[in-house]
Amino acid sequence: MTDKQHHIFCKLTQDPIELRELTDFVADPGAGAMTTFIGATRNTNDGRQVIRLEYECYAGMAEKEMVKIAAEVLARWPVIKIAMIHRLGRVDIGEASVAIAVSSGHRHAAFEACHYAINQLKETVPIWKKELYEGGELWIGSQTGMTGSFQKVQEEDRT
Amino acid sequence: MRIRLRYFASLRERLGRTEEIREVPAGATIETVWEMLKRERPELAAIERSLAFAVAQEYVDKTHPLQDNDELAFIPPVSGGSYD
Repeated sequence: MTDKQHHIFCKLTQDPIELRELTDFVADPGAGAMTTFIGATRNTNDGRQVIRLEYECYAGMAEKEMVKIAAEVLARWPVIKIAMIHRLGRVDIGEASVAIAVSSGHRHAAFEACHYAINQLKETVPIWKKELYEGGELWIGSQTGMTGSFQKVQEEDRT
Repeated sequence: MRIRLRYFASLRERLGRTEEIREVPAGATIETVWEMLKRERPELAAIERSLAFAVAQEYVDKTHPLQDNDELAFIPPVSGGSYD
């Protein structure tokens, strides 16, 4: 999904994430800085040996919520372009689940905007992950008792 | 009126279905529908506090009034991203 001014690119995909697709999109002659973030599938979580993750989303709404975050980033920081992509379906250990790229005139805004975008994505975009681990499976977030995963994002930020 | 209900992730597995069409009384809110589901499956009360709701793919609260042909999605805690 791209907006008409071509400053926003948001995508959900079953295919492996190619970071190049995002950096090509955000590249701009006015960009002195491009930051990227990749979130990958780790082999342990909360003491469990993770085998793989499986993601599902609310198709349509997930893209809309991603675009909202991107538009908010463009409004709050002097960012030139932002690209966000999230994987769906099975994601094996070490593979990227999510990636974000942001371009800006200077690095400060690009770093801040990228950090903000990933935190918001975890809180508001209707995407769910099931962890398949040695001995069982678990929908992550479903045991916190919180609406959204804001508390979890904060906890992860501290670790 | 007829409402399309959508279930995801843990709730989809718990109910064993991804969506359904329900007949609800005129003037029903999301809460009306949720109470109806809880009467059928009392164990749903356990996840009540963690649920969010969307109508026409926008987050709304449970007092939101429904209209004929609305799509109402029950949204368990989201967890996009990775373990970063």
